[in-house]
Amino acid sequence: MAALAQSSGVSDRSDGNIRIRVARKVFPAVGARVDQVVLRDVAFEVEPRSFLVMTGPSGCGKSTLLNIIAGLDRDFDGDIDLGPGRDRLTYIFQSPRLLPWRTVEENIALALPDGDPRHGKIAEMLDRVGLSPSANAYPERLSLGMQRRVALARGFILEPAILLMDEPFVSLDDPTAHSLRQLLMDLWRQHPTTVIFVTHDRAEAVQLGTRILRLAPGQASVIQDVRVELSPAERADKSAVAAEQARIFQPA
Amino acid sequence: MAPVLTQISSIPRVSNASSGWSKTLERLGWTLGSLLAFVALWHVTAIVLQNKYLPTPVAVFDVLLREAASGDLWHHIGATLARVAVAFVVSMFIGSAIGLALGTFRRADRFFDTWLILFLNLPALVTITLCYIWFGLSEAAAVTAVALNKIPNVAVNMREGARSLSRDLAEMAAVYKFGWWKTLRHVTLPQLAPFFAGSARSGLALVWKIVLVVEAFGRSSGVGYRLNIAFQEFDVTTILAYALGFIIIVQIIEFTILQPLQARVNAWRR
Ligand SMILES: Nc1ncnc2c1ncn2[C@@H]1O[C@H](COP(=O)(O)OP(=O)(O)O)[C@@H](O)[C@H]1O
Ligand SMILES: [Mg+2]
Repeated sequence: MAALAQSSGVSDRSDGNIRIRVARKVFPAVGARVDQVVLRDVAFEVEPRSFLVMTGPSGCGKSTLLNIIAGLDRDFDGDIDLGPGRDRLTYIFQSPRLLPWRTVEENIALALPDGDPRHGKIAEMLDRVGLSPSANAYPERLSLGMQRRVALARGFILEPAILLMDEPFVSLDDPTAHSLRQLLMDLWRQHPTTVIFVTHDRAEAVQLGTRILRLAPGQASVIQDVRVELSPAERADKSAVAAEQARIFQPA
Repeated sequence: MAPVLTQISSIPRVSNASSGWSKTLERLGWTLGSLLAFVALWHVTAIVLQNKYLPTPVAVFDVLLREAASGDLWHHIGATLARVAVAFVVSMFIGSAIGLALGTFRRADRFFDTWLILFLNLPALVTITLCYIWFGLSEAAAVTAVALNKIPNVAVNMREGARSLSRDLAEMAAVYKFGWWKTLRHVTLPQLAPFFAGSARSGLALVWKIVLVVEAFGRSSGVGYRLNIAFQEFDVTTILAYALGFIIIVQIIEFTILQPLQARVNAWRR
């Protein structure tokens, strides 16, 4: 993996790429548990407006890596350069993380600065994620799937330059997940954004990503970094997705 | 009078408007029925025993009305209420500040935890007598004594609240650039509200009782003072009349201020 870290470390700094280099991330010992090295030598760059999907087995450190990229976790060896979009980063967490004491609409509105013109777009966004009837409901009265859609609406309304997403469609029923993936693709094509998307669903990875990074279990490091060679039309075609999935995830 | 108080305050809180009027009426019916039964039992016992230290409810109501008409009742209850209000606000404020600080800063908590336990276990009578001895028989000493009894309670409660603040939501607020004011108002305070409401309710119950003791010891107004005089005259009727008046006022405050407040704070819950 050192080779990969080097090869991605040489490009010049004016390309607007996001540069991620985590030499080591350790969770310190708690009680009987010893120090746990979660990430080691994870280094890659993300080109502007690309859709990078990270996959890897559960517990390999994907959420930890996103937390580091988002700047929530600064306790690691390495450095993160988010490039010009650093101030317009949005993170859609693995759990919805809504404020239970604020309505759906208020939860979305709170993500926008006061007096922002985008407040006028909340209704439209609610409509796109199919939540107009629940605009005034409190999140705990909604199903998990609906809460996830609120979280997506809250992230999308900001029209971010960098969008981090941590398994946002997990535990949704198929039609909902499908329509939300479609929504994400539409939004991404309308507002080309740099996306770093985490999932362990390989079909989803192939369908959405322009590039896939596979992380190894254990002390996660990058084991594969491939481009997804699918046109937008092919992405809607199940068999094309399956063929590309077979190509990318072939047994070593 | 104790059974009446428990009966009324143990009514489950209603936060859901859809549970409807019929339920409210039914509850009211039970409360009223049990109250009437209590008064009837008291009356019969008083008639049978014919003891001057157990007056009938009718006699007690008479005294209550007489004291109300003369203005004495309002004077004393007003003085007590004022002390309760000041002591309550002061102890909620200081107790919250201490509790939040301890819940946030591990070191401070480790160090001051012992002090907190010390003050929690200090008998009310000790703080009251010491305050009067050290600061004189003044209003300030009285209120300080009450607040000192209540502050450790509030602090423990609010410390629990601060410890339970969600890290997930704090991270969310950071990513979505809430800033400190939005975070405080929409993320932090709503999480602390149940702890605050809890300490407010239990706090008021405690403050009421301690204020009476403080008044009996070293004030010349208030329900506690009046009860102490009546005690010296073995005037049970007046004692019961004031106790009754007091309970009614406390319950009115509970129903018109505290419960609606709590219902509002909890409106978002499932
Ligand atoms: N705050 C933490 N403290 C200690 N260990 C943690 C913490 N967060 C995650 N871990 C551990 O780090 C590893 C990676 O976790 P995570 O990044 O959530 O994995 P993934 O998102 O890939 O499923 C897991 O073994 C997990 O137990
Ligand atoms: Mg995860």
